Amino acid sequence: MSVSVVYAILVTSLATFLSRFLGAISSQGIKETSKIFKWFNCLAYATLAALIARTIIFPVGVLNEAGHSLRFVVVILSLAVFFLSKRNYVYPTIFSAVCMAVLVSFFK
Amino acid sequence: MINKKIFFKGYKSILAHDSPAIALGFCFVAIGALLKNLGFNIQESIFSTMLTYALPGSLVMAESLLVGASLLNIFLAVWFVNARLYPMAVSLFPLMMHKNQPKWKYYFSCHFIAVSAWLIMKSNYKSIPKEQRIDYWIGIGSATWSVAVLGTFLGFYFSEFLNKEIMMGLAILNPIYFLCMMVGASKTIQITLSVLLGAILGPIFYFFSPEWSILLGGVVGGTVAYLIGETNVS
Repeated sequence: MSVSVVYAILVTSLATFLSRFLGAISSQGIKETSKIFKWFNCLAYATLAALIARTIIFPVGVLNEAGHSLRFVVVILSLAVFFLSKRNYVYPTIFSAVCMAVLVSFFK
Repeated sequence: MINKKIFFKGYKSILAHDSPAIALGFCFVAIGALLKNLGFNIQESIFSTMLTYALPGSLVMAESLLVGASLLNIFLAVWFVNARLYPMAVSLFPLMMHKNQPKWKYYFSCHFIAVSAWLIMKSNYKSIPKEQRIDYWIGIGSATWSVAVLGTFLGFYFSEFLNKEIMMGLAILNPIYFLCMMVGASKTIQITLSVLLGAILGPIFYFFSPEWSILLGGVVGGTVAYLIGETNVS
């Protein structure tokens, strides 16, 4: 293993574990019926939604090469599949991958 | 120790008809292929998924290595993008805390905090007695973690068969899966507003500060949603 990659992995895992561990420590005295628990629940959902929106609108990596309109079309069609399939999670997910691959190869 | 029956009940939850295992597995196939293209060997790729087990963090690390970022920069970039794990942990562990369970289980299992496992646990925890929820959680976490490691392994060895179109398909799969799960979880006014405001504010804050956009979008959106929800209840 090259040293820089191993250090990068260790630093990445440390940065990731820090948030998890601090969350586990600080949740010790919190009751599930408390207001602070409800607030953190809202924070968690909002943060996740922000992350998903950012991943779709400002992606990093290979997804960045697909245009905004293409990503937008895939999202809308996948949500339509989600509701048409009575809120099944697997069908729209697989559909999105196939749809994106087909659209990208069609419009390249 | 761990209640095996409950542990395996949690482990098998990924076999459900709407399980995240397929989406999660394919996403890590993409990560495995990406890490190989970056020059990682198989040990480094597996080691990375086992220790990090967070897709956005792995992506940020890969991007940072590409541009030659320092270790401090990698640490800060990953910490910012994975800071969501803190409120996720605080909003999950109180549901599993029980005085009869040893503390080490909670500290050990916090490594399994990730969107897929978190959403499965949030959907199913009410069906498990509180004392046994931590064992159920460890089962879910072990299962999703195993899928991630297997996906990385497959992605690494099958990367030469994955062209750019397929890689793009695999890259959109994870956000779409999470998006559907978030829409599915939006059953109260507070959660619905949290999801909507987070999705709107996150990208808006990106124009002012890309690093802080997720955290700011989450804190502002979540707090506003909480306050509106509380006002409605009262």
